[in-house]
Amino acid sequence: MFKSWLRNTTIATVLALTPLPSFAQDTPQQGGDIIVTYKDDIATLDPAIGYDWVNWSMIKSLYSRLMDYEPGTANLIPSLAETFGVSDDGLTYTFKLRKGVKFTNGREVVASDVKYSIERAVNPKTQGPGAGFFGSIKGYEDVTGGKTTTLEGIAAPDDSTVIFHLSRPDATFLHVLAINFASVVPHEAVEAAGGDFGKKPVGSGTFVLKDWTIGQHLVFERNPEYFVKDMPHIDKFTVEVGQEPLVALLRLQKGEVDIAGDGIPPAKFLEIKNSADGPKMIVDGQQLQTGYITLNTKVKPLDNLKVRQALNMAINKDRITRILNGRATAANQPLPPLMPGYDKSFTGYAYDVEKAKALLAEAGFPTGFETVLYSTNTDPQPRIAQAIQQDLAAVGVKAEVRALAQANVIAAGGTEGEAPMIWSGGMAWIADFPDPSNFYGPILGCSGAVPGGWNWSWYCNQDIDKRAVAADSMSDPAKVAERSATWGKIFTDIMADAPWIPLINERRVVAKSLRMGGADNIYIDPTRVINYDAIYVKQ
Amino acid sequence: MRCATFSIRRSAGVADMALLILRRLVQTALILLGVAAITFLLLYALPADPARMIAGRSATAQTVANIRRELGLDQPLLVQFWAYLQGIVQGDLGRSYAQKTDVGSLIAARIPATLVLMAAGILVEVLLGLTFGIIAALRRGGAVDRVVMMASFVGVSAPQFVVALLLLYVFAVTLGWFPMSGFGTPAHVVLPAATLGILGAGWYARMVRSAMIDVLNQDYVRTARAKGLSSARIILRHALPNAMLPIIAMIGIDIGQFMGGVVVVEAVYGWPGIGQLAWQAIQQVDIPIIMGVTLVSALAIVLGNLVADIIAPLIDPRIRAR
Repeated sequence: MFKSWLRNTTIATVLALTPLPSFAQDTPQQGGDIIVTYKDDIATLDPAIGYDWVNWSMIKSLYSRLMDYEPGTANLIPSLAETFGVSDDGLTYTFKLRKGVKFTNGREVVASDVKYSIERAVNPKTQGPGAGFFGSIKGYEDVTGGKTTTLEGIAAPDDSTVIFHLSRPDATFLHVLAINFASVVPHEAVEAAGGDFGKKPVGSGTFVLKDWTIGQHLVFERNPEYFVKDMPHIDKFTVEVGQEPLVALLRLQKGEVDIAGDGIPPAKFLEIKNSADGPKMIVDGQQLQTGYITLNTKVKPLDNLKVRQALNMAINKDRITRILNGRATAANQPLPPLMPGYDKSFTGYAYDVEKAKALLAEAGFPTGFETVLYSTNTDPQPRIAQAIQQDLAAVGVKAEVRALAQANVIAAGGTEGEAPMIWSGGMAWIADFPDPSNFYGPILGCSGAVPGGWNWSWYCNQDIDKRAVAADSMSDPAKVAERSATWGKIFTDIMADAPWIPLINERRVVAKSLRMGGADNIYIDPTRVINYDAIYVKQ
Repeated sequence: MRCATFSIRRSAGVADMALLILRRLVQTALILLGVAAITFLLLYALPADPARMIAGRSATAQTVANIRRELGLDQPLLVQFWAYLQGIVQGDLGRSYAQKTDVGSLIAARIPATLVLMAAGILVEVLLGLTFGIIAALRRGGAVDRVVMMASFVGVSAPQFVVALLLLYVFAVTLGWFPMSGFGTPAHVVLPAATLGILGAGWYARMVRSAMIDVLNQDYVRTARAKGLSSARIILRHALPNAMLPIIAMIGIDIGQFMGGVVVVEAVYGWPGIGQLAWQAIQQVDIPIIMGVTLVSALAIVLGNLVADIIAPLIDPRIRAR
């Protein structure tokens, strides 16, 4: 039954025997206290609730999950699980837990903790945003519908075995068990915190939260009991919040700060880049992100395919990357280049003003038309929206730019017939996990084209939807490559319908002090932004 | 909001004062109720759905609906407001949507820093304002007067962000005299307070100048001068106390304003005040925090004015609070 069991066991053994993946150029040092800054407060460290890019990486480090990723990559590895197996029909996943792993309150992690933690994430009372990820587990609807609080599809027959029964094959299920919402928490600590678990976290991860002074700082200390030897490398990191990015950068230059989490403000970027030590301080990395303009297929004249194709040819994407000081590359398909399934050979719609005009004329709009482009109102998004506006004007399309607060743009996008075009900057899709399916359902699938949804093109192609379901049923780990290719084709085929103008893949920039070591992909880890487990201080 | 009201009579009785405080407290309760109602209605009328902000991008429609129900957002607005009022009466400001924590404790955690910055900022404002206001009044019409008035005009119109960054750059980055950001030691408060003081001192200087000019023309000042008193004594002992009344009222207003948070100054200096909390909450449509901060600052404005009204008769016995 468990044909993949043996192979996965072997992989796990190999990984366990390899002390560190091959990313490190020089040997990581043990020890060191560092200071990290962020502008905003840390919202919560409750893994069932936290869902922003700042607390995401901290939650990763405070807790452990059955599955995780090799640092700096999108490669899944067993973490709390020692081995796992998948049944031939893809409906049963069996995990054997590592023995002797302890929560930082001293108690051993057992199988029922895994069950409890996922049930807690799904329970409506928790108000967690991640419940939907577990939708393929049997009994999911009964819990979200309030009928019961236990998931029928999770069994813990003994302390070291967890079995998941799915109601449909779900090829992303191992990724689902690696996202923060699947973090394992001790029920007694959750209950003792009385609703404040997000401020009093207890897990079994690489770090322990030692102090949290609200509005000022959080202190994370190395968990000496962590189950992977020589992880993490630093002894302590202090997160100072409320730090203006510009000031954080000045402090970093003076050596008071080690990582400026918010990166480098656009106005300062070139100055830093051209300074003597600048290049060593800037970490500039790709992330699983695509910035796009939605073309509302339910609003005239964007319901016309030729019009949407014409607009795809009208935008000068290279100019937009220049607005971002080159911190982005032009995109031509929904998937970002780092994502499995990305089609390198696909060319999409090339920038061609004359062809765009001709297509518009063919569609019956020789003199263009008037429309509205929504954008969020924080720099540099309105400037990008203006660049788009100018490009559209060059083909005769007069677009009014509406720059609003993020919440208002989201509301407009989810209202049928409301927003003809939306520039997604500032809220662009960043993958929850490194799997191509994550770029489909909510933002391009029929299920997202509903009031309050995130499919702001209101694009719904039943045929593509069927192909997506088929691709997600390919849960045999041996077919991973085939499945990625299937997904890649789905996305390039979507571009024939042109519901989006894929614009840019924005890179993230983090500034670090000269004493910090570790490869760039540890600071901009595709699954967790800053990987606090893998960074180290050069002595 | 009423500013200080004064009437000039001979006596200031304790009973009158008690009556004043009682009446103003009743007014305060009514004002807060009004503020709560208006803010609540405005926030919930916004075209933004808090449940969707919490649920994030990957949430299914059902997750959003569940969150909405758990927060009580599916109830009629009046029912929600009534529940909120019941909470307030019991001292419960609700729980933050994003942080899932008691709003009261989030605000309380930021009160100390807010109070410190408020006190230090007002101190600098008043010191600078009095000094330059008096100098300008004494040199009325002269070059010094004109320079001071011009400078105060520039001060009140300068953008906070620019002044804050300028001071930070000169005194923290270049000279290294003060820490760049944070909270905890007296050195940390100097630059934020100086920023607020420089920006606000202009108002005080202008007011002190005109009040002093009025007073300096009074008969009793001329008498004092004729008696041969030193001009320092005339100004500090005789003229200034009589020019202080509008200053007291203005401090009352500033207390309220600064308690509501000084977003830009707090942001530049990483000061953990109430303004940062409010600003983040606004971006996240975290309505319970926005409501809480609004109520706390409304309360501070009302109380600030009340304190000014109480202090006024102590400084000038001719005044009886009404």
